[in-house]
Amino acid sequence: MSDIEQIPVTLTVNGKKVQRFVEPRTLLIHFLREELNVTGPHIGCETSHCGACTVEMNGMSVKSCTVFAVQANGAEMTTIEGMANPDGTLSALQEGFRQMHGLQCGFCTPGMITRAHTLLKENPNPSEEEIRMGIAGNLCRCTGYQNIVKAIQYAAEQLNQPETQEAAE
Amino acid sequence: MNDMTPTREQREAALEGMGCKRKRVEDVRFTQGKGQYVDDLKLPGMVFGDFVRSPYPHAKITKIDASEALKLPGVIAVLTAEDLKGVNLAWMPTLAGDVQMVLADGKVLYQNQEVAFVIAEDRYIADDAIQLVEVDYEELPVLTDPFKSMDTDAPVLRPDLEGKTEGAHGPRKHHNHIFNWEVGDKDETAKAFAEADVTINEMISYHRTHPSPLETCQCVASMDKVKGELTIWGTFQAPHVIRTVASLLSTIPEHKIHVIAPDIGGGFGNKVGAYPGYICSIVASIVTGVPVKWVEDRMENLSTTSFARDYHMTTEIAAKSDGTVTGLKVHVLADHGGFDACADPSKWPAGFFNIVTGSYDFPTAHLEVDGVYTNKAPGGVAYRCSFRVTEAAYCIERGMDILAQKLEMDPADLRIKNFIKPEQFPYQSALGWEYDSGDYHTAMQKAMDTIGYRELRAEQKAKQEAFKRGETREIMGIGVSFFTEIVGAGPSKNCDILGVAMFDSAEIRVHPTGSVISRMGTKSQGQGHETTWAQIIATEIGIPAADIMVEEGNTDTAPYGLGTYGSRSTPVAGAAIALAARKIRNKAQMIAAHMLEVSEYDLEWDVDGFQVKGNPEARKSMKEIAWAAYHAPPPNMEPGLEAVSYYDPPNMTYPFGAYFCVMDIDVDTGVATTRRFYALDDCGTRINPMIIEGQVHGGLTEAFAIAMGQEIRYDETGNVLGASFMDFFIPTAVETPHWETDHTVTPSPHHPIGAKGVGESPNVGGVPAFSNAVNDAFQFLGNTHIQMPHDAWRNWQAAKNLGAHS
Repeated sequence: MSDIEQIPVTLTVNGKKVQRFVEPRTLLIHFLREELNVTGPHIGCETSHCGACTVEMNGMSVKSCTVFAVQANGAEMTTIEGMANPDGTLSALQEGFRQMHGLQCGFCTPGMITRAHTLLKENPNPSEEEIRMGIAGNLCRCTGYQNIVKAIQYAAEQLNQPETQEAAE
Repeated sequence: MNDMTPTREQREAALEGMGCKRKRVEDVRFTQGKGQYVDDLKLPGMVFGDFVRSPYPHAKITKIDASEALKLPGVIAVLTAEDLKGVNLAWMPTLAGDVQMVLADGKVLYQNQEVAFVIAEDRYIADDAIQLVEVDYEELPVLTDPFKSMDTDAPVLRPDLEGKTEGAHGPRKHHNHIFNWEVGDKDETAKAFAEADVTINEMISYHRTHPSPLETCQCVASMDKVKGELTIWGTFQAPHVIRTVASLLSTIPEHKIHVIAPDIGGGFGNKVGAYPGYICSIVASIVTGVPVKWVEDRMENLSTTSFARDYHMTTEIAAKSDGTVTGLKVHVLADHGGFDACADPSKWPAGFFNIVTGSYDFPTAHLEVDGVYTNKAPGGVAYRCSFRVTEAAYCIERGMDILAQKLEMDPADLRIKNFIKPEQFPYQSALGWEYDSGDYHTAMQKAMDTIGYRELRAEQKAKQEAFKRGETREIMGIGVSFFTEIVGAGPSKNCDILGVAMFDSAEIRVHPTGSVISRMGTKSQGQGHETTWAQIIATEIGIPAADIMVEEGNTDTAPYGLGTYGSRSTPVAGAAIALAARKIRNKAQMIAAHMLEVSEYDLEWDVDGFQVKGNPEARKSMKEIAWAAYHAPPPNMEPGLEAVSYYDPPNMTYPFGAYFCVMDIDVDTGVATTRRFYALDDCGTRINPMIIEGQVHGGLTEAFAIAMGQEIRYDETGNVLGASFMDFFIPTAVETPHWETDHTVTPSPHHPIGAKGVGESPNVGGVPAFSNAVNDAFQFLGNTHIQMPHDAWRNWQAAKNLGAHS
């Protein structure tokens, strides 16, 4: 261990409160992956270009490779591990990615779904153009994005359905 | 039969076998963040390794002083070449027959080369320690231009090869020369050119780029000193080959090495070879006795572990005035960087570049490739391509467009005129291949009709007139590409890696209750093998794909195979799977005959079981047969129901396709917009159309990136430019075009299920389609050939040079 001073950090990750001491320079992504064993968010570039490390922090999409863990003190955080429905089934987005073949190697997928999750909160009924712009901070090397767009459209449709039905009634 | 008895169609559908758009089984874990990638691995006592790298592209190393680094708390050791010499690992062999420094041995040959390996308790401390390792460099003259590499006064890059006039592939003619590779008939080709009505001669460059999977290369090495066993988890596209290489290098017996490739975050050729990071991690674990993790960062990935392409192709075509091609002559200058670390089958220094005659009936051809050293990163990997096939396809597809221009012919018509005809298959190419099957005319016609090719040409002509009248500043290009690939390496007669023949394998075990575990020598990196391999087995042995588990990547349990790259999985392992399954079906037939008390010849296969010919009511399902195999096998028959197959393919497979790109370019900004992109692929039998389409989308996106901006460039002083995602173009969802896909089906006649492989076709065919579209757009302004990548700056320059700005 190095002798750098450790700072206390308290935050909520996927509904669970966690408390740790960290070096001030510890990146949030390393804190999540190595300290909390939350390994869903991935490291693809460490320069905030690829978005594989995307998490939702206080309702916003954040690239956890360029945030210090200490900056997340007090934050409410959701990662891919917190995306499934409470009964453990796949969420509409997760199911959409599966149904529409929105992933291949799966490495960008956690960040992509987490970003899409926040995007659909910001804009529940996005156009294709808005989806493409909305996920432009997340790179995928396998899919060419076309099926990711479809996956997000699938989820938007599923999520909007109850409302549509209510409106119709 | 009552109403509840499923129909034949229902039973067939329940299998989710070949041809079905089966949803991927992998996705359940990947969508929940539950994939297990190398960096997710955490072992007790694990420490971290990281590299001290050279800021200089060419320098002598006069001193390495790690004493300050070693004083830092948490630093365990610093390895240098001197330490590695003790275990004979300062250098390692490359797949191409060269040797490569693991750690800098007295000098460095490219920027960011590995100089020392720091081992520390965590990655932050390792990083701190790197800054404390003092290295003294003495700069040497830098060579980055491959065209100057064989000048008489060119600096000597590889003093270790001094006096060696023979390389791995024949004589070397200069101190920076690696190999000369010659194929074809030089005299006949010269004659064809002498007699030609029309010839073209153009230097077509395919620039240096990088596969850049989203997950970088990484590993964890763990030496158990008590048992004398080494376990390596890593991003390996070819885990068995890594095990063999690790055994040969470390002298640890191969059965005491366990190589495990867990989930891999994309490979695209980047994860085929062995890198210094792997070797250093192994040595570090042997030295320290604890597990050592090495994870490359993005800059290290882009600037050190295996570039792709960097082929400079002087292309000459001879033709008659009616457009019939009569000869092809290509000379390639291949820039391999500091070491020839090409990941080709060992006997093929330029891979299968001799597929360069493409889809056309060239009566004669001649090809020469010269490989040279420069002060750039080593490699030459097949970035989503089968060993230099992308380079070859780009060469011939640009060449045919240039020839069409010279003949004032339509480029699609010129191609059709010269296509190999369906009745010519199997076709012997002038450069030595036997194409297995193809129907190019049908594919091309379907593509042209679908895209409305003639109408697009008419629109283009009108737009050019409008441009000349000053009514628009936008020009329109139509890119045509008709590629033939060669994949499925490969037959043992001509393909091996370090002496191991390039077969592949499958093992299938049917359990008593009728479910299956199956293991292969391949390794998915996103291709979806867990899904598609089960589909092949489902169709072959009538057990639902949902009841079949596919496992790859663990060398202890999987049969030996050469791995996944070069679109070889389906052509080679796919065949092994079908043949292993057929062994099981044959045994099942004998068991069913015994159960039904008939001769096995009285039985016929029906979807998911055997039935008595003429009496379909008398049948046994595979589930019943599986139970019988363990419960009451026929007398004199071994119990159990499992099979292994090692498949040595008789030939390669030759997928092909017709791609069209419609592009609009603003001459004042250089911005190019892809209006339409249509890709028709013929990969033979289609196992899972959903996955094929997904692979085509992904490969096209890579092709788009490569053609339109992605480049690993070096400045004159050897600084690598483009080694981060800031500079290296990876398209986002915004700039990626919309893809239209289509297909024809021409099965491979020699493959058990007729499949050819598809993963790399879109990269191979896509790059020429994009580049031809750009070149075509500028053609009416007098352009012949603009080098890739076609980013906005280069397009703007092209417009300026062609007088479009005046």
